[in-house]
Amino acid sequence: MKENTIDHSHAAAIFNKDVERVNWHDETLWFVRSKRDKSAHAIPEWEALRETASNIKNNVLSNIHDYLVEFEAKAKENGIIIHWAADGDEHNKIVHSIIAKHGVTQMVKSKSMLTEECHLNEYLAENGVEVIDSDLGEFIVQLRKEPPSHIVLPAIHLKKEDVSDTFHEHLGTEKGNNDPQYLTEAARKELRDTFLTRKVALTGVNFAVAETGEFVVCTNEGNADMGAHLADVHIACMGFEKLIPQRKHLSVFLRLLARSATGQPITTFSSHFKKPRDGQEMHIVIVDNGRSTQLGREEFRNSLKCIRCGACMNTCPVYRRSGGHSYHNAVAGPIGSILAPNLDMKKNADLPFASTLCGSCTNVCPVKIDIHDQLYKWRQVLVKEGYTPSSKTMAMKGMSAVLANPTVFKIAGKAGRFVMKNLPFMVNNNLNAWYKQREMPAPPEESFREWYAKKAKESKDKK
Amino acid sequence: MKVGLFIPCYVDQFYPQIGIASLELLQKFGCEVSFPMDQTCCGQPMANSGYSHLTGGCDTNFVNNFSEFDYVVCPSGSCTMHVKEHLHSKENEAAATHIRKHVYELTEFLTDILKVESIEGNFPYKVGMHQSCHGQRGLHLSQMSELNAAPFSKPEQLLSKIKGLDLVSLSRKDECCGFGGTFCVTEEAVSVKMGLDRIEDHAAHQVDYITGGDMSCLMHLEGILRRQKSNIKVIHIAEILNSI
Repeated sequence: MKENTIDHSHAAAIFNKDVERVNWHDETLWFVRSKRDKSAHAIPEWEALRETASNIKNNVLSNIHDYLVEFEAKAKENGIIIHWAADGDEHNKIVHSIIAKHGVTQMVKSKSMLTEECHLNEYLAENGVEVIDSDLGEFIVQLRKEPPSHIVLPAIHLKKEDVSDTFHEHLGTEKGNNDPQYLTEAARKELRDTFLTRKVALTGVNFAVAETGEFVVCTNEGNADMGAHLADVHIACMGFEKLIPQRKHLSVFLRLLARSATGQPITTFSSHFKKPRDGQEMHIVIVDNGRSTQLGREEFRNSLKCIRCGACMNTCPVYRRSGGHSYHNAVAGPIGSILAPNLDMKKNADLPFASTLCGSCTNVCPVKIDIHDQLYKWRQVLVKEGYTPSSKTMAMKGMSAVLANPTVFKIAGKAGRFVMKNLPFMVNNNLNAWYKQREMPAPPEESFREWYAKKAKESKDKK
Repeated sequence: MKVGLFIPCYVDQFYPQIGIASLELLQKFGCEVSFPMDQTCCGQPMANSGYSHLTGGCDTNFVNNFSEFDYVVCPSGSCTMHVKEHLHSKENEAAATHIRKHVYELTEFLTDILKVESIEGNFPYKVGMHQSCHGQRGLHLSQMSELNAAPFSKPEQLLSKIKGLDLVSLSRKDECCGFGGTFCVTEEAVSVKMGLDRIEDHAAHQVDYITGGDMSCLMHLEGILRRQKSNIKVIHIAEILNSI
């Protein structure tokens, strides 16, 4: 897969060259956000549900050790084989070893952002295993050798015309036939064959229930079920934060997940997997990959509450106008920007700055993650850890020295006009970027403080 | 009631009329208002860029300027929010705490503290309200569309009292304009696109003016409007409320 290594603002500027496409991308995702609003606002206890979900996840994060032990014991009782992976590399090796043990070279996979995070597809390809992604959106981007641009809607950056071209090239569909029904049927036909012939199926996990050792996979296409039910071996991969204490808690999370994601009351399929069917082998790979580090960062642990609904992306005015690929991380958008620096601060130092801190993300989040506050906090961490250019640091130091001292402030700019040439919010950036598509206000004859001083003098003189 | 007028640094120098309108408005409602002459900047630009550890000097200066007042009032949701959430002082934490608890954005001060019931004002134009994100989601000056909660708006409550003013209903009532502090230059392309889209929403509703409680958002929108040679003008809410 191509990996985008240019920074967010540069990638976003490129994305913005095609105005029509940006408008379309923005409107498409805003439509999803609006559906979410309609659906969420139809539930009188919506805000209480969010609060409850947030509290359940708090409990999980505070007692994760016990829940993991409980989950492992129950799952083993149910006949599931449990694996533990400290990082992405170990996860990939475990998955590969299971596939290799069964002597197969092909696998079908339903949507799993964790495997994207661990770059499983690339690893398996290097080791001679062909993976077919069975989620329609992922299937499309996989053919194009692109990463998903959205965690729920992996191909949302593509128009039906793009899909038609891609299918024409790879599946031999009719050139120029943009009918979604026709294109979906072509993918369906292709995937049916895949489902029938694969011996190993990998799925993600939306929720893992500690009390019962079962896990739940939510899809709209039924593709996880098709893969898992037809294969001899089912591998489910999960980050350890996917745990919930009890089955009854699903009644909170399943109500929130699809409404937040797409505005649906519930996903078409919410499949519970508890034990392997006769003759089947079932594995669960529980992955850390930086999660325990994040859990230890007090300011950022809330990010582990995420249930991957994508609502923060759909509402984010920056995401809608920069596209998922500009975030160069498996999880894009606001939530990706607070998860990514934990994985690699240097590579992802730009992401917490790709936000206006408008706060919309925090308020759509079904588990009430303080996303925009965490973006602000990551900025502080990244600066302290030295991941911002030294020129910026120098400029900031100069700026703060002037602003901290009223006397210097007055001298620095004649008659207090320092700010006019050094707008504090443009530190380290000359005005060129502002002027490219905007004008500056005309300087008034006198500043407010000059007017005020004059008035004060006049009234003093009168007395 | 002694009120310290806190005027954002860029408003002081680019938009003095907003400071004047704020001052006159507060005086009109019986406040004893002073503008401490040694105020500079609240430090938000540094903090939002990740340099909150460099804002100690700004904090100290702010506390020195504003510790003697019953209330601190500011015609900006964004600057108010920064002070409310981040002002601390090693030398005088008690004073900093007093300020954090008594700093108000202008419109919320009018509705919540002064309990203003009526305003003499006349502004016979079609107006679109741009609610800044910090004012809305940060200070809860109005209800955000994300929540399943009863709608309200403190600035609109005030605007509704102004004679002749026709407030339009926008398609996306609380979408960010894309200013975002340093974001406006570091993410220039997205920032401007967000601004263009906000303007498009107002223009589609044929407004004469775009108003709001944060001049930083309006300065960004004004910059684009002027480049477009648009007839739409921006005006800070204090100027409308003080329009007589």
